[in-house]
Amino acid sequence: MRAGSADGSGMAALTLSCRLAAHPDSRCWFVAWSPSGALLASCGGDRSVRVWGRQGENWVCQAVLGEGHQRTVRKVAWSLCGSYLASASFDATTCIWKKTPDGFECVTTLEGHENEVKSVAWSPSGSLLATCSRDKSVWIWEVDEEDEYECVSVLNSHTQDVKHVVWHPSQEVETTRDPSLTLACQLLASASYDDTVKLYREEEDDWVCFTTLEGHESTVWGLAFDGAGRRLASCSDDRTVRIWSSDEQGEPGVACSSTEPSWKCICTLSGYHTRTIYDVAWCRLTGAVATACGDDAIRVFEEEPLAEPQHPTFALTAHMSRAHAQDVNCVAWNPAEPGLLASCSDDGEVAFWRYQRPECC
Amino acid sequence: MALLGGLLGRLLWFSGLRRGRHAPGTQAMEQDRALEVYDIIRTIRDPEKPNTLEELEVVTESCVEVHEINEEEYLVIIRFTPTVPHCSLATLIGLCLRIKLQRCLPFKHKLEIYISEGTHSTEEDINKQINDKERVAAAMENPNLREIVEQCVTEPD
Repeated sequence: MRAGSADGSGMAALTLSCRLAAHPDSRCWFVAWSPSGALLASCGGDRSVRVWGRQGENWVCQAVLGEGHQRTVRKVAWSLCGSYLASASFDATTCIWKKTPDGFECVTTLEGHENEVKSVAWSPSGSLLATCSRDKSVWIWEVDEEDEYECVSVLNSHTQDVKHVVWHPSQEVETTRDPSLTLACQLLASASYDDTVKLYREEEDDWVCFTTLEGHESTVWGLAFDGAGRRLASCSDDRTVRIWSSDEQGEPGVACSSTEPSWKCICTLSGYHTRTIYDVAWCRLTGAVATACGDDAIRVFEEEPLAEPQHPTFALTAHMSRAHAQDVNCVAWNPAEPGLLASCSDDGEVAFWRYQRPECC
Repeated sequence: MALLGGLLGRLLWFSGLRRGRHAPGTQAMEQDRALEVYDIIRTIRDPEKPNTLEELEVVTESCVEVHEINEEEYLVIIRFTPTVPHCSLATLIGLCLRIKLQRCLPFKHKLEIYISEGTHSTEEDINKQINDKERVAAAMENPNLREIVEQCVTEPD
């Protein structure tokens, strides 16, 4: 099914390679690739997590993690080493699963949030985990070598339901303005029903929210940093994607002490999506930006090559208008294979796509 | 023969233009769909009173708007008027409307539900909640809320 045929429009850039009834009679809320790109985890309204692996041209279910949660599993995240999966659930808990030769085993259940956990993410360092909830808070957990988890911070910066958390991709960030300011500084971003994005970092042993990104006119559902961590994409119920950048001079990095970086919105993609945008994914390999929309479509955007770094423009390079039979909830680029995109939907299906970059990119 | 067919065709196309931007059949389809929607929602029972939403005039035929998105898919917009300005009741009615239509509406649709303007002090807050599908899904996993909704939407035997 090519994008140029009856159900798509225009560009022949996105083709379907496989479709799975991953969570039958239920909705599939999220998909996440393992760090090696060999496995895909999915989760949904049937309260389970499923892990899929390739078998020739097809994807088959290799494990079903069904006994961990009492309610919908909203998101899943792989640890950087690929040995653990974390699952965030409406039952207010986060389960940590360890990969064993026989499958997956639940090794810990993190409790503490007052109600639904909406997102979970592992830091690039591997030693921290972040969760967020409808209780308006973001929690940061530290994990030690014995797989013991301890909550080290509860951040109450948002005024409403927190929908998503993502970590900045780098462990260490340099500023070219002052090489002596190379710091091991992890940065966390959160998206909320309060229409804002907040950024957090550790300052003197305490986690703080150091900036709030305002501009969206409704709930912010998804976030994605670009590969270098210089820019952040956010997507919203206001039907736009916003690109935020950390440095006015166009230099990379986020200075963690004396120089205060200011994050500004440098680009807004509007007029493309006809309903809520639930997810945005920024490919580390190609720079392509994919979106998951409530109008059942998947769209891909690429930055115009000749634009200035601080005033980028993005062109729509692919539009699969009936990617799924219902709302698309998530899109995820494979970390190892350029152009391989996974998506999932309220129709309970997971789909795999091949994205062919246009000649100009 | 061909000339007559051509003239007729042009006449039909022109009359379609006068009625609006859609093809002549669309408006009729939209009205049919709106009636289908109303038929499903009017029998929903109020969470507090032993009456239907129609009896209490929480919903009326004119509160349903349907627009064709593309062939076979419609945007359904409902504006309801809660009987009392109580926040949680309004949210509950919104939930009932969404759940019943999700289950019973046979045609492909996208749904937006709003409190009719000027009927509530926190209508923006309520509208945002009832149109947030994640919040709706989580609410339906709450056994108490689910029980109330089931009682409101289930047709009596």
